[in-house]
Amino acid sequence: MSESVPSLVSGVQAGRLSAEALTEGALGVIERAGPLNAFLHVDGEGARAAARGLDERRVRGDELGPLAGIPIAVKDSLCTQGMPTTAASRSLTRDGSARSGWRPPYDATVVSRLRAAGAVIVAKTNQDELAMGSSSENSAFGAVKNPWDLARTPGGSSGGSAAAVACRATPLALGSDTGGSIRQPAALCGVVGIKPTYGRVSRYGLIAFGSSLDQVGPLATDVRSAARLLGVLSGHDPLDSTSATVPVDDYEAACERGARGLRIGVPSEYFASGLSPEVERAVRAGLDALRDAGATIVDVELPHTRYGVATYYVLATAEASSNLARLDGVRFGLRVEAERGNLDGLYGASRSAGFGREVQRRILLGTFVLSSGYYDAYYAKAQRVRALVARDFERAFARVDAIAAPTSPTVAFRLGERLTDPLAMYLADVYTLPASLAGLPALSVPAGLSTATDADPALPVGLQLIGPAFAEASLLALAACVEAACPPSTPEPWA
Amino acid sequence: MVQYEPVIGLEIHAQLRTRTKLFCACPAEYGAEPNEHVCPTCLGLPGALPVLNQSAVELAVRAALALECQIAERSVFARKNYFYPDSPKGYQISQYTEPIALGGALTIDVEGQARRIGITRVHMEEDAGKSVHGAAGDSLIDLNRAGVPLIEIVSEPELYSSTEAAAYMKALRDVLVYLGVNDGNLEQGSLRCDANVSLRPVGSTTLGTRAELKNLNSFRFLARAIEVEIARQTSVLDGGGQVVQETRSYDPERNLTRSLRSKEDAHDYRYFPDPDLPPLRLDAAWISAERARVGELPRAKRQRYEAELGLPAATAATLTAHPATARLFEAALARLDQPVLVANWIVTEVLRGAELHGIDARFTVSAEQLAELLGLLADGRINGAQAKEVFAAMENTARQPGDVVAERGMQRLSGEALRPLCVAAIADSPSQAAAYRAGKRNILGYFVGRVMKASGGAADAKAVSELLEALLAE
Repeated sequence: MSESVPSLVSGVQAGRLSAEALTEGALGVIERAGPLNAFLHVDGEGARAAARGLDERRVRGDELGPLAGIPIAVKDSLCTQGMPTTAASRSLTRDGSARSGWRPPYDATVVSRLRAAGAVIVAKTNQDELAMGSSSENSAFGAVKNPWDLARTPGGSSGGSAAAVACRATPLALGSDTGGSIRQPAALCGVVGIKPTYGRVSRYGLIAFGSSLDQVGPLATDVRSAARLLGVLSGHDPLDSTSATVPVDDYEAACERGARGLRIGVPSEYFASGLSPEVERAVRAGLDALRDAGATIVDVELPHTRYGVATYYVLATAEASSNLARLDGVRFGLRVEAERGNLDGLYGASRSAGFGREVQRRILLGTFVLSSGYYDAYYAKAQRVRALVARDFERAFARVDAIAAPTSPTVAFRLGERLTDPLAMYLADVYTLPASLAGLPALSVPAGLSTATDADPALPVGLQLIGPAFAEASLLALAACVEAACPPSTPEPWA
Repeated sequence: MVQYEPVIGLEIHAQLRTRTKLFCACPAEYGAEPNEHVCPTCLGLPGALPVLNQSAVELAVRAALALECQIAERSVFARKNYFYPDSPKGYQISQYTEPIALGGALTIDVEGQARRIGITRVHMEEDAGKSVHGAAGDSLIDLNRAGVPLIEIVSEPELYSSTEAAAYMKALRDVLVYLGVNDGNLEQGSLRCDANVSLRPVGSTTLGTRAELKNLNSFRFLARAIEVEIARQTSVLDGGGQVVQETRSYDPERNLTRSLRSKEDAHDYRYFPDPDLPPLRLDAAWISAERARVGELPRAKRQRYEAELGLPAATAATLTAHPATARLFEAALARLDQPVLVANWIVTEVLRGAELHGIDARFTVSAEQLAELLGLLADGRINGAQAKEVFAAMENTARQPGDVVAERGMQRLSGEALRPLCVAAIADSPSQAAAYRAGKRNILGYFVGRVMKASGGAADAKAVSELLEALLAE
């Protein structure tokens, strides 16, 4: 499937392609992609019925939506009515199996928007449990594998969604990004991933991790496909009080705008020690492509970058410790009764059995930083640092239209490599966390591949573009220029 | 022996009378089947989010303004984290460091003395659900109440007896019911009270260690619980002991308080600003508009009825006990400027058939009917007995008093219509007429009585005596 989504949709609308055929194609790849473990639930029946319905509507001459007939995979953190929704956590299952997953009585707003736009939801994707992780190894249902090299992680937490797009099972997928969970897996899998401005896309129905940071966003084979999906997802939602009322730009038109006249800042803090030379080489080549396209490249400073990881892990875990309290075994999900009448025992046993190690670690951390006597030293201080990180960006954006940097300091790492070292894992997000803290839009666009060696195959590198609030359109304009220089590539077995 | 003085502060939770819950569109009303009024948000389902109910904000602000508080132009909803099955999200959305209102006062009257009691703060929060513990050891959860809007009103520790505490609670209830903010129903729990009670040596200005009393769901229980707690703390201190800071529950059956949990067991609620709800910003112009809508409060009304309308204290108190009664009184008064007459009729007649349940009120007559009826009475067109008959005839109908009077032939005889009756009465009693003319003026009443009797009570007594005087003088 090398065609972009806008062209596929035109094909469906014109009758050149059928939604059913696209859906069958997606289901076929999903089946072959079994070893990736990217999917937790495949809704073949529902998808076929939806596709047939769309084709019938086309024959009747009905107006079809902007995603007519496009198969899409949805991260399992998003509520899909009647379809298992586990966020890859045993806590949201009845008996520990993905099959016994909690079936929400409602659709997330983004899922409703997909359906209304004519997208066909074919599968729910695997991820790090409750979106906590950077490798999709923290899933209760097994690690996701990178389509470029099955010995490596696809990144995380939206690793299943990134892998689904990378293996070309679906041209689009939904992810969620709290500290890099769309951008980092997009980079490691060689696809486009966008974390919109905080408030641009509704969070209603997204199982919350860090509510002040979470955003739902697109993963896509290419920039224009991502732009189409972003346009469908964006806009005010009265069910989300943090949803913005800012008008939505024409993202597809922006893709044709070019880079001429745009100023791009390059922060030295993002090219510091820890950055793999191969990643730096590819990103610098991407910057050259932007310069060639007419952009001006200047240096900027983001001095508080180095506090990003610490700040993020205080705030996100604090919010998570509270957000996950509702997974208590009382009303839904896994319930383990210690002994009759022992309420604390019910909570303890259900939550110990329901949550994996990383989730438990973060709940404990978050509980600690909010505790009486520690609140000021951790949570309150982290909020102040967050404001400083945001101020860094404000100052930079007084001079430039966008900031360009690597998305991840390394290419995809090996499965298991960082599982026993949480700090090394947390550093995988060092370049994505600051934009999350500042609530700014950021995307990752493929910037080519690393050089293959005897030990390592060629692996994708992502270039990150960060913009001022609600400047998604400028980022897409620039991303399209990078893409023109580094066209989307597909890993060998899936090409 | 040291003499102690009790110091009491009250924390009162009042349910706001909104149609829907604080953060979702579920009905807030009481009395549905268990778990009927629920949705993803108030069930605490994963992914569901809160959206603030604007009318709850209006009611909270109105209450705070009536309590003379400073309204915060920016207030913040915070999460109060604790695990309990009737708290579906594992936290309650409340306000903590930045409440919607601070620093007010409520004036109460105790034994004829007015006292201003300071209000520390008013904050908004959502109610929890209800746990029902079954006989078999099962617990059932009803989440209809989860998410219902409340305000918590915290007084300063400025109440010095159970009587003052009860008077404060009563005055607060009057204000809230008056504003339509709360239905005043203690039994259904729409108004709940916790009391902080401590003792200190008389003359001391520092506060002693306090106990927080729970489960005070009537005015009587509130007063009795405080009394027994004062007695308990007095005996602890007299015995050389120390009062420990703890939460105690009042047991009305045995009339004692017992420890629920000590300060050491207190929850660490880990409050932090709720990231799902932006800070609540209220604009100064909007606050001013709300201030104008608060209007006259019951205590001020009572004082005005006494001072300006000349009503006795008891009557003024009765008329202001329910906002609907005061509204009826003022509406009738607007049509007939006879405060004492209107007030007495409301107190003796109208309230007898009235149904007053919390905020709801139903009267058997309208202000228009009442004013017209009393106008006929005041003009002497009907007498008191007839007025009562007309009143009974128009209760629970839309009939106008004038129509009832006409239909029943009650129109009073007056003017020339009286002349034949008066002439006949004089002609029938020549000796009494002679006595009158000889100077025995008090015999006039005899003639008036004859005429009244002859008219079947329909004659206007005042007009009759004037006409008789004129005829006898001829």
